[in-house]
Amino acid sequence: MYVAVKGGEAAIGAAHELLAKERRGALDVPELTTAQIREQLALAVNRVMCEGSVYDPDLAALAIKQARGDLIEAIFLLRAYRTTLPRFGASVAIDTSSMQIRRRISATFKDLPGGQVLGPTFDFTHRLLDPQLAEAAPAASPQRADPGDDIRAARVTALLGGQGLIEANAKADGEPPVGDLTRDPIAFPADRDLRLQALARGDEGFLLALGYSTQRGYGRTHPFAGEIRMGEVEVVFKPDELGFEVSLGVITITECEMVNQFKGSADKAPQFTRGYGLTFGHSERKAMSMALVDRALRARELGEEAVAPAQDEEFVLSHCDSVQATGFVEHLKLPHYVDFQAELTLLRQLRSEWDEARGGEAAASSRGEAAE
Amino acid sequence: MTADPAYNFAYLDEQTKRMIRRAILKAIAIPGYQVPFASREMPMPYGWGTGGMQVTAAVLGANDVLKVIDQGADDTTNAVSIRKFFAKTAGVATTTRTREATIIQTRHRIPEEQLTQEQILVYQVPIPEPLRFLEPREPETRRMHALEDYGLMHVKLYEDIARHGHIATTYAYPVKVDDRYVMDPSPTPKFDNPKMDNCPALQLFGAGREKRIYALPPYTRVVSLDFEDHPFEPTPITAKCELCGADRVFLDEIVTDDRGGRMFVCSDTDHCESRRSRVLP
Amino acid sequence: MKALHFEGQPLVSDDRPLLRAMGLSKHFGARVACQDVSLDVHEGEVVAVVGESGSGKSTLLALLSTQQLPSTGSISYRMRDGVTRDLFRLTEADRRHLLRTDWGFVHQDPRLGLRMGVSAGGNVGERLMAIGWRHYGNIRAEAQAWLERVEIENDRIDDRPDTFSGGMRQRLQIAKNMVTHPRLVFMDEPTGGLDVSVQARLLDLIRGFVSDRGLAAVIVTHDLAVARLLCDRILVMRQGRIIESGLADQVLDDPREPYTQLLVSSILQT
Repeated sequence: MYVAVKGGEAAIGAAHELLAKERRGALDVPELTTAQIREQLALAVNRVMCEGSVYDPDLAALAIKQARGDLIEAIFLLRAYRTTLPRFGASVAIDTSSMQIRRRISATFKDLPGGQVLGPTFDFTHRLLDPQLAEAAPAASPQRADPGDDIRAARVTALLGGQGLIEANAKADGEPPVGDLTRDPIAFPADRDLRLQALARGDEGFLLALGYSTQRGYGRTHPFAGEIRMGEVEVVFKPDELGFEVSLGVITITECEMVNQFKGSADKAPQFTRGYGLTFGHSERKAMSMALVDRALRARELGEEAVAPAQDEEFVLSHCDSVQATGFVEHLKLPHYVDFQAELTLLRQLRSEWDEARGGEAAASSRGEAAE
Repeated sequence: MTADPAYNFAYLDEQTKRMIRRAILKAIAIPGYQVPFASREMPMPYGWGTGGMQVTAAVLGANDVLKVIDQGADDTTNAVSIRKFFAKTAGVATTTRTREATIIQTRHRIPEEQLTQEQILVYQVPIPEPLRFLEPREPETRRMHALEDYGLMHVKLYEDIARHGHIATTYAYPVKVDDRYVMDPSPTPKFDNPKMDNCPALQLFGAGREKRIYALPPYTRVVSLDFEDHPFEPTPITAKCELCGADRVFLDEIVTDDRGGRMFVCSDTDHCESRRSRVLP
Repeated sequence: MKALHFEGQPLVSDDRPLLRAMGLSKHFGARVACQDVSLDVHEGEVVAVVGESGSGKSTLLALLSTQQLPSTGSISYRMRDGVTRDLFRLTEADRRHLLRTDWGFVHQDPRLGLRMGVSAGGNVGERLMAIGWRHYGNIRAEAQAWLERVEIENDRIDDRPDTFSGGMRQRLQIAKNMVTHPRLVFMDEPTGGLDVSVQARLLDLIRGFVSDRGLAAVIVTHDLAVARLLCDRILVMRQGRIIESGLADQVLDDPREPYTQLLVSSILQT
């Protein structure tokens, strides 16, 4: 005799324990420490901080460990943590032109003040699996060109801007105040500040694909990498109660400025246009993809016809958040048997009407044993 | 169970609850209208009830008794998970008995038991916009609601009848609220639609991922969309629950063997258990 | 907004203009699409707006049908209650209602005026459902009647327009517009892209509606033969302005402006 299924609660408990066991893996292998993740899987940590919208390498490393390496799950952990944090206010806008540069390249000029600084990059490595890495190797000690001054340099876009060749950014004077989509739901059409915020938190893979599509003609913007710079900037906060600025410390960021298709109009001289990308930590692919998509989303603002997916603001911004996306996709695993039952009932009714209409007996005999 | 002191009552901070309550009040003032709100990331994934949870967290008080069901059952894994979440973060009493609950959070079903004025029903909503699959663009659907421009909704119903002879929507069946807004009741089976009409309880709808809250104040008129010559009919239930004998309740089909054997039991597990416990001595 | 029935034609004809545009201009940045256009349309009158591409005629149609806002100028319309109103002072809701009941708009590409994923019957019935018809049988019967009037076979009522030919789609678009008995229809190159024989059939259909129902229309076309066949008056546009206007036969047989003469003479070469 059928007994109503019970035991969901016990099942969940057992599932959690099993997960913890799988997470640990084989006991004769040393347990991973969060410090190891933070130091040696830094690019994963960077992605999690960026999309998780929290700058804290230790927490990001913990999230990655807890998520067993699933970066979207780790991003989710960080986002959920972020929800609980009190909000003191907004920092002063960071000044990337005074960045302490560790890497800085420009594809638009062969050489420029400050130089091309390759820094730590996979670019120009040969993608050959290195078995030596399977063993612990002695630490490399790279040569420094000049053991002395920090590298600081003006941005390429500032150089072009000085000659009036590139559009100026809107003045950041606090009017109107910068939007925050974690405080107010986004409404379409959205202004650039909210778009950039959504893109900064957006899934790297999705933005990479969209950026790629623009290069292949789906909303072409003729991009040049004006500048990609990575290094440290200071974060400064001015609490109302104190009335003066306080330094909160230093963070690593990656900034990408694309120089795009020039435009002009009846009352404006032709100029290059911009695309902008910014990430926490060293995260070039994301910064570049973000800049490509930012420019594509400015189509209407720049008087271009918006026909490609990367130019469709509602499409891009509604679907770029990996946490939302994975939540909804994976929710299909939840029971849906009630709605399915409703569909089954209707379908059975429609089938019987179909059979009746086409000569019930003949249909029944050719169908053989009915499911009923 | 006492609440975990590391969290504010029901997890959300007071500012956030205030923001959600404002949205709820607006929603109650405009029955069926989708109020945008700044949905927070919760420790559960989007799509798994975060909207319902935020609404529940905002209305929950220390003396409330909470029931959580999914597909009508208290013991489905997600219902268990959500109930434990509130037990842990709010320390509230929980129950599986509909009659004892003051707040019922539900996914995809309305309890069979008649609700009272003392109760709040919180629905988990995946896609709040009834016009979404006819018109994907948000600014356009907002305009349609503002201008009460619902022709497209009826076109869809017309198409169903032309193609199938019936309106083919079996769940999330659209309704007209207080003779003004068209609303999606969430993916409850259309069998449950009549329960929303003139209901004594307050009905609140939370969509976390889509960031919308809407509401049906008690005793609001809720009418399922139809045609005069194809009137709305809740799904006819022809079988009885094989455990408690109830008829005219929504039944789950349980596959019992791989030769096509099946049986039907109440989807509302509390209703079923209550009936069975009344029968036994 | 909630009318369940629409009125038919007015019982008494009115000499006042149905639609009056005054001093309409439209700029896109430095580009002037329309400059200082004024015109009147009377009940039952068909007006052609002719010109080459870039003349501004499509922009003018968009302005007249309030789908775009003019940079300067005004448009007033005499509504079914007899009161003439400034269209841009109406609420968006009222303008939308007008566009779906008292007016029609036939696009050059029928795909813009139809829902390609909805059956022919659903397309024609949509306006009825938008104004409150709630009886499936009646909606279907009315849709069926209109499909007959535009010569689409009965058994196509449940087919989607993506299975129709270009001419059929255009006739469906007309039926979709006519179902609420509009008094004014805007048409943008209604015969564009269609074969000559198909064009002829469509023009006959439109002519029939105009004469039987006292329909007023503003038809944008570059095809002077269409203008001659359908229209009472012609306005010639060039570089955003109306350079000549008058009765159709007069303008076509005895054009005064050199540009009009050029346009007219070019028909003979085709």
